[in-house]
Amino acid sequence: QDNIAVKANAVCKLTYLQMLGYDISWAAFNIIEVMSASKFTFKRIGYLAASQCFHEGTDVIMLTTNQIRKDLSSPNQYDTGVALTGLSCFVTPDLARDLANDIMTLMSHTKPYIRKKAVLIMYKVFLKYPESLRPAFPRLKEKLEDPDPGVQSAAVNVICELARRNPKNYLSLAPLFFKLMTSSTNNWVLIKIIKLFGALTPLEPRLGKKLIEPLTNLIHRFLISLSSGMPNHSASIQLCVQKLRILIEDSDQNLKYLGLLAMSKILKTHPKSVQSHKDLILQCLDDKDESIRLRALDLLYGMVSKKNLMEIVKKLMIHVDKAEGTTYRDELLTKIIDICSQSNYQYITNFEWYISILVELTRLEGTRHGHLIAAQMLDVAIRVKAIRKFAVSQMAMLLDNAHLIASNTQRNGICEVLYAAAWICGEFSEHLEEANQTLEAMLRPKVTTLPGHIQAVYVQNMVKLYASILQQKEQSGEKEAAQEITQLMIERLPQFVQSADLEVQERASCILQLIKYIQKLQIKEVPVAEEVIALFAGELNPVAPKAQKKVPVPEGLDLDAWINEPPSDSESEDEKPKTIFHDEEQRHSRHRQPEIDEEELARRREARKQEQANNPFYIKSSPSPQKRYQDTPGVEHIPVVQIDLSVPLKVPGMPMSDQYVKLEEERRHKQKLEKDKKKKKQKKEKRGKHHRHNSLHTESEEDIAPAHHVDIITEEMPENALPSDEDDKDPNDPYKALDIDLDKPLADSEKLPVQRHRNVETLKSPDSEAPLVEKKSKKPKKKEKKHKEKERDKGKKKEKEKKVIEEEEEKKVILQDLHYVRNCCYGPYLLLCSSVTYDIQGNLQNDSQVTVSVIFENKSTSFLKSMELNVLDSLNTKMLRPEGSSVHDGIPVPFQLPPGISNEAQFVFTLQSIVMAQKLKGTLSFIVKNDEGSTHEKLDFKLHFSCASYLITTPCYSDAFAKLLESGDLHMSSIKVDGISISFQHLLAKICFHHHFSVVERVDSCASMYSRSIQGHHVCLLVKKGENSVSIDGKCNDSTLLSNLLDEMKETLSKC
Amino acid sequence: MWFCTDLLSFGWLWGQSGAVLGSGFSCDGSIGKSLSRRIHFILLFSRQGKLRLQKWYTTLPDKEKKKIIREIVQIILSRNQKTSSFVDWKDLKLVYKRYASLYFCCAIEDQDNELLTLEVVHRYVELLDRYFGNVCELDIIFNFEKAYFILDEFIIGGEVQETSKRSAVKAIEDSDMLQETVEEYMNKPAF
Repeated sequence: QDNIAVKANAVCKLTYLQMLGYDISWAAFNIIEVMSASKFTFKRIGYLAASQCFHEGTDVIMLTTNQIRKDLSSPNQYDTGVALTGLSCFVTPDLARDLANDIMTLMSHTKPYIRKKAVLIMYKVFLKYPESLRPAFPRLKEKLEDPDPGVQSAAVNVICELARRNPKNYLSLAPLFFKLMTSSTNNWVLIKIIKLFGALTPLEPRLGKKLIEPLTNLIHRFLISLSSGMPNHSASIQLCVQKLRILIEDSDQNLKYLGLLAMSKILKTHPKSVQSHKDLILQCLDDKDESIRLRALDLLYGMVSKKNLMEIVKKLMIHVDKAEGTTYRDELLTKIIDICSQSNYQYITNFEWYISILVELTRLEGTRHGHLIAAQMLDVAIRVKAIRKFAVSQMAMLLDNAHLIASNTQRNGICEVLYAAAWICGEFSEHLEEANQTLEAMLRPKVTTLPGHIQAVYVQNMVKLYASILQQKEQSGEKEAAQEITQLMIERLPQFVQSADLEVQERASCILQLIKYIQKLQIKEVPVAEEVIALFAGELNPVAPKAQKKVPVPEGLDLDAWINEPPSDSESEDEKPKTIFHDEEQRHSRHRQPEIDEEELARRREARKQEQANNPFYIKSSPSPQKRYQDTPGVEHIPVVQIDLSVPLKVPGMPMSDQYVKLEEERRHKQKLEKDKKKKKQKKEKRGKHHRHNSLHTESEEDIAPAHHVDIITEEMPENALPSDEDDKDPNDPYKALDIDLDKPLADSEKLPVQRHRNVETLKSPDSEAPLVEKKSKKPKKKEKKHKEKERDKGKKKEKEKKVIEEEEEKKVILQDLHYVRNCCYGPYLLLCSSVTYDIQGNLQNDSQVTVSVIFENKSTSFLKSMELNVLDSLNTKMLRPEGSSVHDGIPVPFQLPPGISNEAQFVFTLQSIVMAQKLKGTLSFIVKNDEGSTHEKLDFKLHFSCASYLITTPCYSDAFAKLLESGDLHMSSIKVDGISISFQHLLAKICFHHHFSVVERVDSCASMYSRSIQGHHVCLLVKKGENSVSIDGKCNDSTLLSNLLDEMKETLSKC
Repeated sequence: MWFCTDLLSFGWLWGQSGAVLGSGFSCDGSIGKSLSRRIHFILLFSRQGKLRLQKWYTTLPDKEKKKIIREIVQIILSRNQKTSSFVDWKDLKLVYKRYASLYFCCAIEDQDNELLTLEVVHRYVELLDRYFGNVCELDIIFNFEKAYFILDEFIIGGEVQETSKRSAVKAIEDSDMLQETVEEYMNKPAF
């Protein structure tokens, strides 16, 4: 396939096939070939194919870097355009890093067509390579005032997009945007800007006031799209809501949808004004379009209050019954639970009602959310103490009717609730009235058809039940009955012992033995109940998820210190498990065999109590009285015994939640009456239970006293919890990386890396190598010429780079990130001219790792493949190899090198000490393939880990710097270098660049600098320039590191 | 087979809500300059569920893509004509519109504006119409690469870059010119 036209055509066809769903990743290399065609026709197709099928995982993508750079700088604007477009689809972090500078240059291209594209691409680049944001931002800001409206709007687009994620960094742009907003006639730009302001206003309240005037002018037009950016202006909000109502009532589905959507946005800020339209929204629930129903549901979520919760949920329940699609029904179910449980059950005034709602929900067929219901049941039962009795009775009923729930294997989603039911019944078995019956229900053979984890819970909780029954019987002296129940257990348990589920089997056989033992004791007429019940002693306390975090670490407590010194190897083995055991004793005691005699148990419990009393972290089991839940006022209303057998299809014995609604109404009515009474007879105080509520709550009519006062948050927090509530951001948020303060001046370290892989250091001049080539190679002369030319080119480049450095210095911007050291390639294999350059960078995440990026460049005319890099590890520094490979194995380089191509691979090294410089010997082996065949070759090299490569450029502010110096625990050392002729600025640049320092402060010919090692050593320098000399005073935590660093510096400086 | 032969097919949206929306969103190309934010992907498929064009602005493995496409096509084809153009799908929203036998579907983020996305879709159809002249499904099948080029000219990295119909089509035509001359030059020796 020599003809590029044929190739391009084939790639074009492949693209079509790709769209039809075929995998064409094998053709990636051909696509690159077509991309690099000089003819626009083919290039275009190549880029199209690339943008369609390349992604971050495509390994050949690295090969395109140079091609893309070439196209970006092409004189033909369409070449550039097509490259930019393609790039937008497959930009990777590496590409972003390498090309950021080029794209930035394009942002001030003469053609608006290119500028526009470049600006938009920058957003992609920012996402992939956040470091580029700060250097590029000034130019981006410039583009806001670009003469071309397209470019302008592109810039607005990008900035809005950035600001949406991290608005506070963009506050300083507000005046500029304000100007744009008042002057622009372009509606689309206006929308963007107003959205941006919507994000900014919460941060700067003054802005809101200023915005009102222009906004009210625009409001009619932008109603829908803007409701997110609405200022706090109640009149306009009212207007909006009115308009939205018209929209929602409209027959057009799209408008209805949008109306609801906008409504939900207003709801967040002005719930009151939306709540009045409840009727309308409930009506939307009946809509036949699912999207609309879902939006309406969203709205309901925000609209509930204590007053209307029951009503809304009741309506939703009706919908649940009616709903046909399972997805929608599941959505309804989750919404009901969400609505009820939102902000810690804030709106639930009657938990009995809630439990019965949950129980009713279990009747849903084929829902996937059984576990959700189960979780809610558990949550409520554990956290709301007052409800336990009721919950237990309900759960017992559920267990009794388990056959209804679990009858169909297809509905196994719902059988999750049995998990909760079994646990609740077991754990709070003291509240159970007919424990015998429940136990029998749990022992039914049918249970074995349930999923394993549920059975396991069954088995465990059977014993709890059994224990409480046993105790009951023994206390009332019914020995016969006690033995009977033991017999029942022994008879039925074997069915679980045979279970295929490991957990069930293990628990069951363990418990079976236990009960057999109990039976023996029972026959001997020994009272056992006490001991059995002791297995499950102790109450479960709810603990808030953040409780541990909120406890301040008491002074003098070092959490990292060893509690016990780790046992030395010489000590006997059995010491260790013992200590662990002691710590966890209490937790284990539940599962332990009763062989432990009671005294021992009691003694331990006593010891633990004392321990707890002294332990500030332990949450005391007796919460302070005012936090206790109030007694249930409506206990007498609980219709536990109201068994509604006449209703078919319903689980018998379940009280309908509707009854609660009625009850609740009654209760409220009563409360109100009493309130009125109270007003009349103010002297009469605290007679009934209801009065207690009244005394606790304010008198406003709005407020409805809840049946159970639940103060979950305070209850579940340890007493000395700190009030600070730091909500941690999601560390995985890709946009977090873009949370960068843009108003700070550019720091030295943030300059975009200019492409400069070669010869930054002049350790060896290329000329000295050239003769070597001549000597050793037997290649035709032509090639040598070429090679020489290359070298000359490099020389030019070097000059250019020097210029760049000087320019940068003028801007006080110093390059540091890249520290490329030319590696000497010697030996007889230079004819391949496979040049290797590398760069060592500290790994920020790991204090004992550095990453070495090696750039391989194939200067020969042969194809290089199967490259493998191996390094002779030293004691201190080791190459990180994949698990299982020995120290003699090399690491394969993940690419092949066609002639003239360079590529980069990264290798990670672990090290222990960083105070000394290191040199590692290594070999690169590879296969050379050319026309004659292939040969195996080797290339030796040395990796030099200088101390400076362990430093990470860290900016430091002068006050922090001063504090550091004051602290006094730094070692000091100094050097002096004579014969320095370069300017001070240049000198600082050199130190920054080669040794990874940043300038803290500079006064005349004196400067302080700072850096930090990957292991956290602080290094401070004071650099003074005299006539012809430079003196450097250094301070560092580690004296060896400091002296090594200074030696390295001396070497660098003595060269200039 | 014809679609988008008259702009009125879209006019209903503005017509009915004109009182609320005002005239701000006129479809005149010279006014609209910058529209929506991030679009995750765009799919074009026929009423039979055949994919005609796909463009992804997020990177996903091929398998994942195929699964998503199958799922989405099914969701949208099963929807009634009279239902709204917006569907929640996972954590994204699908905005779709049917033109004749072809469905245009965009996936956008939760906070994005549906209306603007509809406008984007429509603008793309307008661009196609302008470029091909009375565009139909066959145009897109035979000149699928052109359809891609137009899309690239209009949306870049999920952001709208050019809203002026005139300049977008001009850019494409200019680059076509470039291509044509090169092609002629290429073809000459052959004849």
